[in-house]
Formats: sequence, C-alpha cells, structure tokens
Amino acid sequence: MKAWLILEDGRVYQGESVGAEKKTVCEIVFNTSMTGYRELLTDPSYAGQGVVMTYPIIGSYGVCGEDTESRRPWVEAYIVRELNRTASNFRSEGSLRDYLIKNDIPVIQGIDTRALTKHLRESGTMRGMITFGESFDMDACMKEIKAYTLPETVPTVTCAEKYTLGQGGQYKVALLDLGAKQNIPQSLVNLGCEVTVYPAQTSAEEILAAQPDGIMLSNGPGDPKQCGSVIEEIKKLIAAKIPIFAICLGHQLTALANGFDTYKLKYGHRGANHPVKDLKTGHIYITSQNHGYVVDEQSIDPAVAEMSHVNVNDGSCEGVRYKNGYVFTVQFHPEACPGPLDSAPLFEEFIAMMGGNN
Amino acid sequence: MPKNPNIKKVVVIGSGPIIIGQAAEFDYAGTQACRSLKEEGVEVVLINSNPATIMTDKDIADKVYIEPLTTDTVKKVILAENPDSILPTLGGQNALNLAVELEEEGFFAAHGVTMIGTTAETIRKAEDRQEFKDTMEKIHQPCAESLVVHTVEDAVAFAEKIGYPVVVRPAFTLGGTGGGIAHNHDELVEICGHGLQVSRVTEALIERYIGGWKEIEYEVIRDSAGNCITVCNMENLDPVGVHTGDSIVVAPSQTLSDKEHQMLRSAALAIIDELDIAGGCNVQFALNPNSFEYAVIEVNPRVSRSSALASKATGYPIAKVAAKIALGYRLDEIKNAITHKTFACFEPTLDYCVVKIPRWPFDKFVYAKRKLGTQMKATGEVMGIGINFESALMKSIRCLETNIFSLRMKEVMEMDDATLEQALHLVDDRRIFVIAEALRRGYTQKSIHDITTIDLWFIDKLASIVETEKAIATELSVETLRRAKLLGFTDKVIGEICGRDEDEVRAMRYDNGIKAAYKMVDTCAAEFDAETPYYYSCYESENEVDPTTDKKKVMVIGSGPIRIGQGVEFDYCSVHSVWALRAAGYETIIVNNNPETVSTDFDVSDKLYFEPLTPEDVRNIVELEQPYGAVVQFGGQTAIKLCEALDKMGVRILGTSAENMDRAEDRELFDQILTKCGIPKAPGKTVFTCDEAIAAANEIGYPVLVRPSYVLGGQGMHIAFSDKEIREYIGIINRIQQDHPILVDKYIMGKEVEVDAICDGTDILIPGIMEHIERAGVHSGDSISVYPCQSISKKVQEKIVEDTRNLALSLGVRGMINIQFIVKDDVVYIIEANPRSSRTVPYISKITGIPIVKLATQCLFGDKKIPDLGYEYGLQKEQPTIAIKMPVFSFEKLYGADISLGPEMKSTGEVLGIAYTYEEALIKAFVGTGIRLPRSHKIAITVKDMDKEEVVPIAQDFVDLGYEIYCTAGTSRYLSDRGIPNRVVKRLEDGSPNYIDMIINNELDLIINTPTQGMETNRDGYLIRRNAVECGVHCFTSLDTARALATCLKNADGVDLSVIDIAKI
Repeated sequence: MKAWLILEDGRVYQGESVGAEKKTVCEIVFNTSMTGYRELLTDPSYAGQGVVMTYPIIGSYGVCGEDTESRRPWVEAYIVRELNRTASNFRSEGSLRDYLIKNDIPVIQGIDTRALTKHLRESGTMRGMITFGESFDMDACMKEIKAYTLPETVPTVTCAEKYTLGQGGQYKVALLDLGAKQNIPQSLVNLGCEVTVYPAQTSAEEILAAQPDGIMLSNGPGDPKQCGSVIEEIKKLIAAKIPIFAICLGHQLTALANGFDTYKLKYGHRGANHPVKDLKTGHIYITSQNHGYVVDEQSIDPAVAEMSHVNVNDGSCEGVRYKNGYVFTVQFHPEACPGPLDSAPLFEEFIAMMGGNN
Repeated sequence: MPKNPNIKKVVVIGSGPIIIGQAAEFDYAGTQACRSLKEEGVEVVLINSNPATIMTDKDIADKVYIEPLTTDTVKKVILAENPDSILPTLGGQNALNLAVELEEEGFFAAHGVTMIGTTAETIRKAEDRQEFKDTMEKIHQPCAESLVVHTVEDAVAFAEKIGYPVVVRPAFTLGGTGGGIAHNHDELVEICGHGLQVSRVTEALIERYIGGWKEIEYEVIRDSAGNCITVCNMENLDPVGVHTGDSIVVAPSQTLSDKEHQMLRSAALAIIDELDIAGGCNVQFALNPNSFEYAVIEVNPRVSRSSALASKATGYPIAKVAAKIALGYRLDEIKNAITHKTFACFEPTLDYCVVKIPRWPFDKFVYAKRKLGTQMKATGEVMGIGINFESALMKSIRCLETNIFSLRMKEVMEMDDATLEQALHLVDDRRIFVIAEALRRGYTQKSIHDITTIDLWFIDKLASIVETEKAIATELSVETLRRAKLLGFTDKVIGEICGRDEDEVRAMRYDNGIKAAYKMVDTCAAEFDAETPYYYSCYESENEVDPTTDKKKVMVIGSGPIRIGQGVEFDYCSVHSVWALRAAGYETIIVNNNPETVSTDFDVSDKLYFEPLTPEDVRNIVELEQPYGAVVQFGGQTAIKLCEALDKMGVRILGTSAENMDRAEDRELFDQILTKCGIPKAPGKTVFTCDEAIAAANEIGYPVLVRPSYVLGGQGMHIAFSDKEIREYIGIINRIQQDHPILVDKYIMGKEVEVDAICDGTDILIPGIMEHIERAGVHSGDSISVYPCQSISKKVQEKIVEDTRNLALSLGVRGMINIQFIVKDDVVYIIEANPRSSRTVPYISKITGIPIVKLATQCLFGDKKIPDLGYEYGLQKEQPTIAIKMPVFSFEKLYGADISLGPEMKSTGEVLGIAYTYEEALIKAFVGTGIRLPRSHKIAITVKDMDKEEVVPIAQDFVDLGYEIYCTAGTSRYLSDRGIPNRVVKRLEDGSPNYIDMIINNELDLIINTPTQGMETNRDGYLIRRNAVECGVHCFTSLDTARALATCLKNADGVDLSVIDIAKI
C-alpha cells in the first residue's frame, strides 16, 4: 500500500505503508540516534509527533521488552528509510513491524529520509499528514493540516495514579511525572532511593505532605508554556526549599516558574550525540537529547540563577543552577535510554544534595 | 586549554614499508597529522623509510629523513634537528616500539625531547600482556581469561576454573600447529599434551574460547582535559576468530541494541580514560551473542587501520584531531572540519551504512592457504557506502577488482553440493559467496548460521540479495529493476542474470527514471549544513550534488585497493596530480574507494566520490558532472582499464589518448612502432591457446617468458623451460579470467634498467636512469633498484634516452611513460613500455627533487611545454646521492606461499637507502628492510646446478666475513672442490638433525636457496624456504641479492650511517 507524507508547506513524500493504516496529522521531527528505537518510540516526550529516523536501517535487533521507557509507544507516526524485516538479537521478542502494527502506529518506509531531514532543518519543524492509498486530495489534506493545533499532551502521557518504586530506599524522592521515561525513577532506585511517582496534575501540597527528601521533575512532551497550572505548583515546590532536580520539560518549567523565558528551536535537538559542556568544570558530556523548546539564556535573572551547561554545537542553554543552592535543572537526558551514559553522575549529585538535607 | 606554546618542533615517526597488516593507512594518518601540525605553525621533522608515501614529501613535512626506522636513526635525527617533542602515535606499532625503547633508555629526557600524544607508561599498559590485564582488572573490564602453562595438569586445573571450551596455543610452533579447541577434559588432555610436545619450550597458552562471539570495535578520542568521545563503532560480519583486518566490517554496528552499544561505549571510554590517552585509541571487544557478557580483546593506543576506516566512514578526521590534541588543544577548541560549524567534540552520526571488505593476495599467491584466522593476510581494503547494507556490500565487492561484481562467484556456483557443504564449514575469502550459493540451493538461514556463527542479520541481508537475483531471473519488471538498483546490482549483473545486454538494462532504467543520486557524508546525518563535498551514490533518492561551477572540471581516477603490484605509490601520484590540477585552477574530482589512502581524504580534491571504479559507477558520475576531461595515467592499472570506457562515454582523456594507450598494450601495434623506432626487443608472439603457446615457444627457443597482456605486477607471468611448464602455466593464467591474449617472449638474461619519463609532445624529460641489482627475470617491483645507474656506460645511457624519446613521441605520449630495458652485451632491448605513471615515480621524484607528477600533469593539456615549466629536456643531471630502493615482503603472513623471486611480483612494499656512497646506501636499504646481521655467523647455501659456479665467489665473501657455511651434499662437494670450507647438513629425508632443524633452532643467519625453475615445487627447497620465513631466517632466492648483501656486509664494519634530509634536495 502506498503511503504519503504531506507537509504543511506543500511538500509530498511517497513511501510504502508498513504499519497501521491510520491517517494522522502531527508535528514532524527528526531523530539522529542510530540505536535505541524502542526506547525512543516509548518516550512520552514524542507524544503528538511523527518521528523521522535519519539512520536508514531501523528494527535490526527487533523489539526487546525491557527497553521500554513507558507503558506504551507514544509516537504518532514513524517515518523510516527501511524497516528491517528480521529481528536479530538474543533478547528480541519479535519484529519491530509487528510491534508497530500491534500498537496501531502508522509507519512509512522507502522515504528519502535524508532529503526530508534536510528540508526540516532548512524550513524548521512543521506539521504533516500521513495518509494512505493510490492518491489523495491535496486541498482537503492541506486544510486538515492547517487546522491542526498541537494539543496539550502532558495530561495524556502522565500516570493515572501515584505509585512507588524502590520501597524502603534511603532517600524519598517525589517524581512529578510530566511524561517521565522509565529510566529516571529507575536510575534513582538503583542509587538507593524510594521514588514516588505523581501524576502531573498533583498539587504541591500533596507532594510536600509526603515529606520527600528531594523532588524530581521529569521530561515530557509539548510546549512548556501550555503547562500553566503545573508551573504554579512548581513555584510552591521551589518555595519548600527541598532539593529539586529537573530534566528537559521539568527544566523548562522550572525556568518559567522563575520568570525566565523559553523559545522554540528551529528544528530541535533529537539524538544521542549532543556535546554539552559543564561550565563549572569545563568537562564535556555526550548527551541524549529530545527537545524542541529551550530556555532562553538571555532571560535568566543573574540574581536568581546562572547557566550551568551549554550546548557545544549551537551555544543554547543546557542547564541552569539556581543561586538558592538546592535547585538544578538540565535540558538533556542523564537517564539516557537511548543514548550515552556520560552524564548519569548528575543523579548522584542530586543524591548528595539530599544527603546534605538529612 | 589552548595550544602548548612549548611545542615548536616535532619529530613524527612513520610506519615504514607496506607489509600485510600495515598498509597505506599510516600514510593517510601521518599526512593528515603533519598538515595539521604545520597549520599550527609547528615545524615537522619526519622519519620514514618508505619512499612511496605522501608523508615523506617536502610539501608535507619541513625536514624529511627517508632512513631506516631504527633507534640509531631516530637518535641521529634528534641530535641533528634538536626538536622539543616527538609524536610516535602515527606510525603504527613500529613507531610506538621505537619511542618506548628510547624513552626507557633515557635518551629523550637527556635531550629535552617530550613524547606527545601518549606516554611510555600508556603504551606499556596497552601493550604489555600482564600490565594490560592488571589495568583492565583495576577498572573492572573483563578480558578473556588465559594462563601460560607448562604441564597438562595446570592446563586442566585452569580449564576447570574458567569452564570449557578452551583454546590451546602452544608457544613457538610453526603456523600455530599443535593447538586447538578443547571442549572437555579428555580433549584438553590430548590437545595440550600434544601441544606441549611440539612446543620448543614446552609451553602453551590456555585461553577461554570466545570464537563465535560478535567482534565489535570502538574508535575513541580523548583530550588531555579528559573529554572523551567515540567517533564510530564497527561490527565485524565475521565473528571472533578472524582477524579484524581480514573481516568484513560494517559501520555502525547493526545487531546491537542501544543497551549493548552503550555498555561497550562506556567501557571504551573508561579504558581510554584509565590509559590516560591524549589522542585516538581503538578498543576491540568480543560480545557474547546470547548475553551481555563481553571481553576486551585488544587496545591500540594510536591511530590504526580501524581509525582510518572510521575516519572515512564518518568523515571525522581522527589523525588531524589527534595531532591537535597532542599540541594541547581540547576537543571543544577544534573545529569540525566537515561542517565548519560544529566542533570536534561531538559524536558523528551516520545516515548510511558502510561496508569494508579486505583485499586478499590469493590471486597472486595461488598456493597460499586461503583460510582466514588470527593472522591477517589481506594487503589492503575497500569501502562501500550505501543507504542500505546490501548496496554497500555490493559496491565493496565491485571495488575489489577481482572480476566479481555481485554475490555470484563462478567457482562457487559451479561447486557440487558436497563441495559446497564443505566450503560452508571453511573460513576463507569466499565465505559470503558460499553462503549466497547455499541460500540459492535452499539452505535455511538458521542452518547457515549454525555452521558459520555469522549473525542472522547478515545472512538475511545476503538472502535479500539472492531473492532479488531470483526476481530478476523470473521477470525484469520495472519494480524489480528499482529494487535491484536500490540493493546495488549493476546493469551488467542484472543483464547477465536475465539474459539481456547491459545497454538494454540501462536504457530500461533511464526510460523509467531510475538514476543514481549522490548524497553527502557530513558526520551529522544532515542535522547541520555541511560544506564538505564527500559523496556516495544511491538510488530512489534526491540528488544533493550541485555540478555547477565556473571552473573546468577534471576527473582523476584513483587506484583502488592496495594489492601486490599496485601499492601506495599510485595514490601518491593521484594526489599529486590533483594538487597540480587545483593549483592550475581546475576543479578536481577524485573517484576512488580505498579508505586507507590520502586521496580519499575529504580535503584533497574539490569533490570526492567514494565509489567503485567500474564503467557503470564512473558513468553515473560523468553524466552528472560532465567533466572537461579525465586523468587516467596516475591511478595504476585500475585507471588505465577504465580508459576505453571513458573514451566511449565521450570523456576527453587528458594526456596520452585512449587509442595510443592501446597501441602500447597491443602487441602488434607496439611491435610496428618498435620496428619504426629501431628498438630491438626479445622475439615473441601473441597467442590465444595453450597449443599455440607451445608452438611459439619452440619456434623462439626456450627459456621463454609467458604472460597475459594487460598485466598488473607480472600477474600470471612465468619463465618456462619446457612444454610441460607452459601447459601448467596456461592453466593458472586461465584461472584468473582474461579477455586478453597471452604473450610468449624469448627470455634474455641481462641487466635490467628502468626509466620514467615525462613527454610534452615535443620532447622528453628523464629524471634519472635506474638500474636493477637482480638480473632480468625477477620482477622490477621485487628488484633492488639503484639510482643513478652504476654499471651502464655513457653510450648505453645515451641510447636509452634516445630510445625513450623515440618511443614516447611515436606512441603520442602526453604525460608519463615508464620503460623497462634489458642491457646485454651493450645492446639495449626493450621489455615493456607503459604510458602511465609507475611505482618508481615517488622515489625518483624525491631523490632528484623533480616534481615529476606535477610536471607531467601540467603537460597533459598540450598548452605547456617542459621548458615553460622551468626544466630542460633530456636526462637530468645526476644527484650526488645514491638512492637504493629495496623490496619488502610479507611472506611470513601468507602460509604456504612460495617466496622464490621470479617474473611475478611478490613484494608488498619498499624502503629506500640514501647516502653519498653506493655501499652506505646499500647498507641503509638492507637495514631498512629489517635485516640484522650477523647473529650466529652461520649461513646455508643450496643452489641449483646452473648457479653453482656463480655462487662460489659469494660463498668466499661470506667465508672472508667469518661465516660458517652449511650445504647439502651436492653444493658442498662443489664448493669443497673449489676450496671453500663448508659443512654438510642433512637433507630432510636423511633424518635429524637436518636443514629444517637448523632453521627451527634458529642456528642460521641466512639461507641462499635458488629454486629449480618450474612450478613443480622442489619439496625440499619449498619446505626450507617456508620454514625459513616462518622462523624469521632471511632467505634469498636470487644470487644477485645475496651478492649485494655480501658486498654490503664487507663494507658495513665500523660504518657510522649518516642521516640525510631530502627536503634539501
């Protein structure tokens, strides 16, 4: 079956449908990771997005159950050059194609993903439609694409109810789930924490009532400015003077809660090879990234905070350290999955901070 | 951390001659690093014995010492140059060893020289078996457990501890004989018992068996501030057990999940951190395919073959960055040379797949064992880039230039079922072709995996190609054609499968708009705009190349993989031609596929197409770029072979025309020209069949030289003494598919002389005349070559110049011509003329200081004459220095190959000895090849009857030098009768102790053995030569070489070798 990707600027790419035949409109972004497709598919930050993989052979090692980062895949559509037909790995439980079909995700293969990526790089991230069949009505499709607005996705991806992992751990961490990847609580549990995961809409009062040693704000999808109510709660959490460590969307929301600004990058950072420099030590980590928005460095009030990490490629803000001494936030993903484990020691830093509180 | 201001003058050590396991990759790395150092204003002093390299050019380094790579040389250069630093990480293992030796001796400290890029401590930690093991243990990185044992009991105890199976490797046995894999107690007792018996020192290494595990490599870079990145990871198609240099390698890894990849990546970073390396490092892992268990196999704290491959696979210039780090820069201070926007501190990400295939010399060494194992056998490699694995693999296969263009290998397809089944169990160079055939015959993927342990992913990709073959054979629909092109099938192969003509397939393709598109290698998967024009082809894609330019475009055809007969010297020529063209204002386009070379570095030409060198692949580029012309005379036989096809495509051949090239190759046309010029030649005939060859030989009279026309390095060339030998030779020649006729010539035994000349259409320039030490009959590439000639009279020299001029002008040469002559009784005969650049060009260019390739390139267009370029016509003035080029062989790596010299080339590389006297130059050259004499003052001589008279004075020389001479009965009697004292040594069949025992017990310094002519291997002679090679005993099969060595030894005593900076020439 023919499949089509129609972009909001009128560009059309033809491919072959190898997933669910479900017409969909979403934001089209590209990711440059060469491995980790399963983690990526299940990363809630991709909710509402159609993901283009720049690596041309996807699915080679099949689907491995323990590589899942949340309860289900969240990508709206998957666009690849070639979906590998076999699955070869000792942990593989089946082919990626079967997994995508089972999860009702539309997939196009046979697209010149490099040409598409270059176009997105030049023209910026944009909306697009994936549709199927021999032909399509361009005018009707364009109308539909133009009418599409990015939904507020955090409420969809967050957990329904609070739950606890690593019961009996030395430090009690409250994790506000804005679309958390599984390896965030897991990293903390591995370091001896008891992590209580709260739904995004939980009030600050409820979280604080549990008297956590530290608070973790997770990654998540969408425009941070759509999360007005969460920002209000974060303000209260900061006021409680408990150590806070935030990643990605959590980092952006903390910045907004402090009156700083965020803006949308032309085509985002999505991949596993982004160099980030720690401005205090000068050390550079290769990091995993997945974000379309970024904290505006210029908007950081020097009396309140300072930029702690910078992206070596484009100089954008990758981390903020607050002068109060108990809040630090990063744009990249120290929990990796997929991606390098270089920055994992940040979790230890967070633990050390909580240790100081005890 | 910015550049260290104390570093002003750096000594760089190169890797020496090309041998198996150490090819052009170090020239690539060294050249890139030297340029990188020079652009920082650092003065570069280079030491390398290999004259065919680009790094030994005075454009690349400020001071160039083409000298033997010994501690003596390095010391003298340091004393002469007074450098502040030494960079030893660019010259392979040789350079590291030299540096460590001098460091430990305290020489560097005493002379204020700092080792940069690495420390002796780091090298020891990575190289010393025990220190490495301890270091890995300290950072909890697992190694395959091993133990040296002297008793079977110890072996069993260890095996019970680590678990079966285990590998038994007896120490000091030939070709690893006596070892094996033990799966249980009983097997171990048997194998180890035998192994200890055959080991001279009753010693064996017991090692955990990890054969069949995945072999994964990481290329890592670290700066002195501790920032680390991985440039690339690579997965070997061949599981652990085959040397990575002999494995088919894919980048990036394909069968690793992110968790496995990150686990190994983190391990690689931890290792480079612990070793405290500032620069590049290669880490090899074995990964259990059924768990997360892994073992560190090896760490190379330097640039390597793998780093060259990783650089070309990703676009990340590892050597360049490593050199900057050595100067003190941090990764985030070094610009990404591809994007010019980002920095060296990031990890490349690929949006294509890369496949490397080794180039093996089994076409040259038909008797060598093709089995692949832990000893590398390949001389070079090729790389294919594609948007899928299949096309990358198919491209690589074409790049090999072995007359195979897909997975369809004739000899494998003709195997009967039983042979195929057997072949499937062998691990040799035909492996992928055998698997493909097994798939065609209905083997399941699983059954092939069970036999080969190759990952199912790779087998499935081969299956995908085989399925497409079937689809093509069934019906060539447009859809099938699309699919076939996507997977890398050429029109020719498609045509062969479905019984159509190549042109017909191409027409069908064009009618349906199926055309090649080109994509860029940009290090970042298009995330950032890149400016580097490094391209590969693919189908079903948008083209990225913009062919518009206001300059005239010239395409330079490269020389493909390094193989015997076509080495790094042709890359030297291609690169210099490109530089000359760029300087003259042309836009240059290089087409080549060898990842080890300078020519495929992204900033050598204006555009680089990393593609196979077949007519179709080149046509696709031609149609897009529409070049003004193409240069074929610098890329060796590879480029010459494309001449006709390019001409037919309507591409202007710059320099000597396609028609004239053909006149030099076509026997009859060439003979006509020779007659016209009055140049004598050994009588000969062109024949097509065996019977015709025998008739011709009898007419001319034996001995005769038999060879196919269009030869490369004397491939398939033999001296025949009888009808029987001719019959045998023709059989072998036919094994290597030939479309061209066979030549039979009278063999004249005389002095061989060689010239390279530049012809501008009016007259010629000859930089110098070279004379060979070995008489005609030994391939020129295997002969010791001396410049200037020593024993040729002025009159004969004048005749040589005159003949060269006449021939070059009659052949219509524009650019280079190489001519080989035989001089006998003052008569000059021509052997052959090649209207192209030759293997001697780099060396003669360096030693005479004449930029030969540059001048020849400027003469290609017809508008410039040699006098316009500041040079005079004719033979140039002799230099006061004598330069001797000596061949270097890799026989010890090629189990089974016969080492005797003959008309077929066998050497892999060369060294140069330069001095103001002939004798000193000769000593330097011998030292450069690694000969260290004397040790025991014992030499063995066994020569065929014909040579007995001639060997007498040579034997006398060795006696005078204090050597004891050992001979087999026949030679002994002959020498005794002529007053040469000697001892008899038993032949093999006469029991022990015999000849072989003396070799194995390391009692001999040297063997002189001239083999009886013919293919029928003299069992004894062959065994003597093979054993000598494997025990590291020098063995000469030409009396001329032996005589030269005797001369050299007579003069060596007390000579203090000089060092000469050739940049001053």
